[in-house]
Amino acid sequence: MTGRTKGATAAERPADLMGLTAEEYDRAVAIMGRAPNRTELGIFSVMWSEHCSYKSSKVWLKKLPTAGPRVIQGPGENAGVVDIGDGQAVVFKMESHNHPSFIEPYQGAATGVGGIMRDVFTMGARPIANLNALRFGSPDDAKTPHLVAGVVAGIGGYGNCMGVPTVGGEVNFHPSYNGNILVNAMTVGLADAARIFYSRAAGVGNPVIYVGAKTGRDGIHGATMASAEFSDDSEEKRPTVQVGDPFTEKLLLEACLELMATDAIVAIQDMGAAGLTSSSVEMSSKGGLGIELALDKVPVRESAMTPYEIMLSESQERMLLILKPEARDRARAIFDKWELDFAEIGRLTDSGRLVLTMHGKIAADMPVEPLVSQAPVYDRPIAPTPKQAAIDARSLPATSPVEALRKLIGCPDLASKRWVWEQYDHLIMGNTLQRPGGDAAVIRLGDGPKGLALASDCTPRYCAADPERGGMQAVAENWRNLTAVGALPLAITDNMNFGNPERPEIMGQFAGCIEGMRQACVALDYPVVSGNVSLYNETNGKGILPTPAIGGVGLLEDVARSASLALKQEGDRLVLLGATRGHLGQSLYLREIAGREEGPPPPVDLAAERRHGDFVRGLIREGAVTACHDLSDGGLLVALAEMAMAGRMGATLDAPGDKETPMAGWLFGEDQARYLVALPAERSATILDRAKSAGVPAAVVGRTGGTSLTLPGGEAISVAELSDINEGWLPRYMGAA
Amino acid sequence: MKTAIVVFPGSNREGDAARAIAEITGRDPVMVWHRDSELPKVDLAIVPGGFSYGDYLRCGAIAAHSPVLREVKARAAKGMAVLGICNGFQIITEAGLLPGVLMRNAGLKFVCRNVNLRVETSQSLFTQAYEAGQVLSVPVAHHEGNYYADAATLDRLEQSGRVAFRYCAPDGTLGEAANPNGSARHIAGIFNETKTVLGLMPHPENAIDSLLGSTDGRGLFKGIAEALS
Repeated sequence: MTGRTKGATAAERPADLMGLTAEEYDRAVAIMGRAPNRTELGIFSVMWSEHCSYKSSKVWLKKLPTAGPRVIQGPGENAGVVDIGDGQAVVFKMESHNHPSFIEPYQGAATGVGGIMRDVFTMGARPIANLNALRFGSPDDAKTPHLVAGVVAGIGGYGNCMGVPTVGGEVNFHPSYNGNILVNAMTVGLADAARIFYSRAAGVGNPVIYVGAKTGRDGIHGATMASAEFSDDSEEKRPTVQVGDPFTEKLLLEACLELMATDAIVAIQDMGAAGLTSSSVEMSSKGGLGIELALDKVPVRESAMTPYEIMLSESQERMLLILKPEARDRARAIFDKWELDFAEIGRLTDSGRLVLTMHGKIAADMPVEPLVSQAPVYDRPIAPTPKQAAIDARSLPATSPVEALRKLIGCPDLASKRWVWEQYDHLIMGNTLQRPGGDAAVIRLGDGPKGLALASDCTPRYCAADPERGGMQAVAENWRNLTAVGALPLAITDNMNFGNPERPEIMGQFAGCIEGMRQACVALDYPVVSGNVSLYNETNGKGILPTPAIGGVGLLEDVARSASLALKQEGDRLVLLGATRGHLGQSLYLREIAGREEGPPPPVDLAAERRHGDFVRGLIREGAVTACHDLSDGGLLVALAEMAMAGRMGATLDAPGDKETPMAGWLFGEDQARYLVALPAERSATILDRAKSAGVPAAVVGRTGGTSLTLPGGEAISVAELSDINEGWLPRYMGAA
Repeated sequence: MKTAIVVFPGSNREGDAARAIAEITGRDPVMVWHRDSELPKVDLAIVPGGFSYGDYLRCGAIAAHSPVLREVKARAAKGMAVLGICNGFQIITEAGLLPGVLMRNAGLKFVCRNVNLRVETSQSLFTQAYEAGQVLSVPVAHHEGNYYADAATLDRLEQSGRVAFRYCAPDGTLGEAANPNGSARHIAGIFNETKTVLGLMPHPENAIDSLLGSTDGRGLFKGIAEALS
């Protein structure tokens, strides 16, 4: 670290530095001008934890594009805010709850959902949709079914009670997550663009108000736990996991929105990671002010809680407000109505210091600004990921395409996740136009005609093989999924899940993914407006696959002009848009059929992505296609099978026009920037002409109809059998557990 | 027709019910907060879905003892129509307006999906817009929808035409595979003795819009509005 201060000797430092390094401890001493007491050290520890300070990732995150004509608020607040016209704004963010969910799957996942919803309604938005990107270990690992069951029940338990539909997400399995699952929760809210609430405190003397649930001894040092690797004794960390109460959060949501309809609030911040510590420090530091808190006034669940425990508790469903003094009584009446605690616990000062008292005695007295501005920043060493040799499709053993399709469509990553999403209320609010299972969820905004398309994406095996290309592909696929329903992609939130940043190869993955994401975001005008970094996703020194999960939001001006993947009409032509080269490196085909996770991921041509996507979106908006699906995992044949299953209608697929493309590459290659659309036969010639003039490769590759999927060469499989295989795996797996 | 929707802390489908009422009857309902002991003069009270009081005790058990529900019961006794949907069905059953109990789903999991419902009778103000035997596609979204009553009660409900809806296959036949929660005799909704109170687990208020896949729930609100206007 830079500007190293003259350090204390080892003998002068306390034995337990609470996760700080010796250098970080010395820096805290230099800021304080004395040794910090236990409460103060706890505050340094959580504020400077990886989770709160982004100390290893900051230098890289700065490279991402965060601005755009529609961006009202980029990263740095509780959530990102994007203008969607008509005075409306969409507010969204994705956040991880990985470590807690591994230790205590139900509560870990539930409080992850609760935390991200709070981030969104803190800004004045009503949450209108949730998504979840979940990554579990190998299905063969004994723990996996228990983790799946607990996480899914926890997400449902919290989201269903809140009355917010859970409309989409991802569920994947890979042995690299055996000891460290990923639970990334995303919430999307709708707000009045002129009434966004921020966390910047203002007004010396203004009261600091605590509302919501009482503070208990749960989750103490959760942020610190989330910033360390796991070992075999991780189960012993269960007391650091918070316990959720969705009922209280539902009341808090309604009370906050009711208060926000008045002009009482100066600033508001939810108490998430590092609880009262980070909320009070962030609010006062953003306002350049000091803050005094009387901790004996904090509503507590248990008696004799110490200042240390109160400041570090991560009890859920709590908010910190700065109110206009004259609005106190009005505000109190609202929280009384909703039967929630409302306590004035302090005031803003011009001292620039965080002063904590307990029964009149000073418990901590420290400068606010250096806690944030002098937080450590590390530019950690990087080792690049070695490139992998290309896969020659001709070297692979010949397999029957139908047999390969059977295997793929029933493999854990592609099998239907109905068992999961039927445990989530995905219909409440009456606006879910496209339910889970498609390219993107589509929700109507109020009575329409506007709507949003929402999706989360990442292909971690691509990121592991080539981080830059993988990061680029994650953004491009997300953009494509929104485009495939007819939406204009607006902006993303990113959830960066990686291993131990102190290892150069992990930092190399992080830097590579960021660079790829940066290029894609720039090329697609797709800025990052919020995000979260989760590092130290390792158990016993073994890291997860690099997983930059991308959550995207797109706008539909008229939900009636959107597309879904289901085949709808017999005799339609199937038109493949985008070029097929038959790329099999890192493909699911290679993994599931040949048992090899090898090769480079498919190249991403961002100019082609944009050109092809803009063309497809145009077709959907003019109502020219009857169905549309993006091509990703499993390539062309899996995409067609998914369209057939969704529409309960058969189709026939032709051989490639180009004899050079090997059959496996044609059917299962994962070349990017491709869409498969169905359109009425009489329109196909015109559309092909238009594609040609737009510079979009396009060809008729088959037609819809019948009850079977017929492959080049005449082999066929019934759509009913495909559905049985696709729907069968997860219920069978969970039933046997 | 005048409608009141009773709102408890933790209710969450009151907005969906209000939207259905406003759209189908053309009149906005009055939202009544649980602490109100006065219910405005209305023709229909809806107890909506959600997690009243968090459902931390038995589902609906706490709401059943709220001031407003005492008032709903008193008015129901004088003939006011009451519609309890999902958590509302649990609440009015706990309150004694309907017999039986809603237990944890047989599959022990929350279930949200479209189900098929067979209309058992068109002889009620709630079902008069349907034909007996008609099959509707309506979503469910619940964790405790497994209706149970003793055999004598179930016989009595059946004999007096008080079973409103049953879960069924698309062709109207009954069977375990079509029953999402294990409810006794595939019951999805029942009436009180005078058929002025209906409780059901499925959500007709989420089946009113062709863009969302089904308009089969509209008939229920249309029927009530025609009967009570």
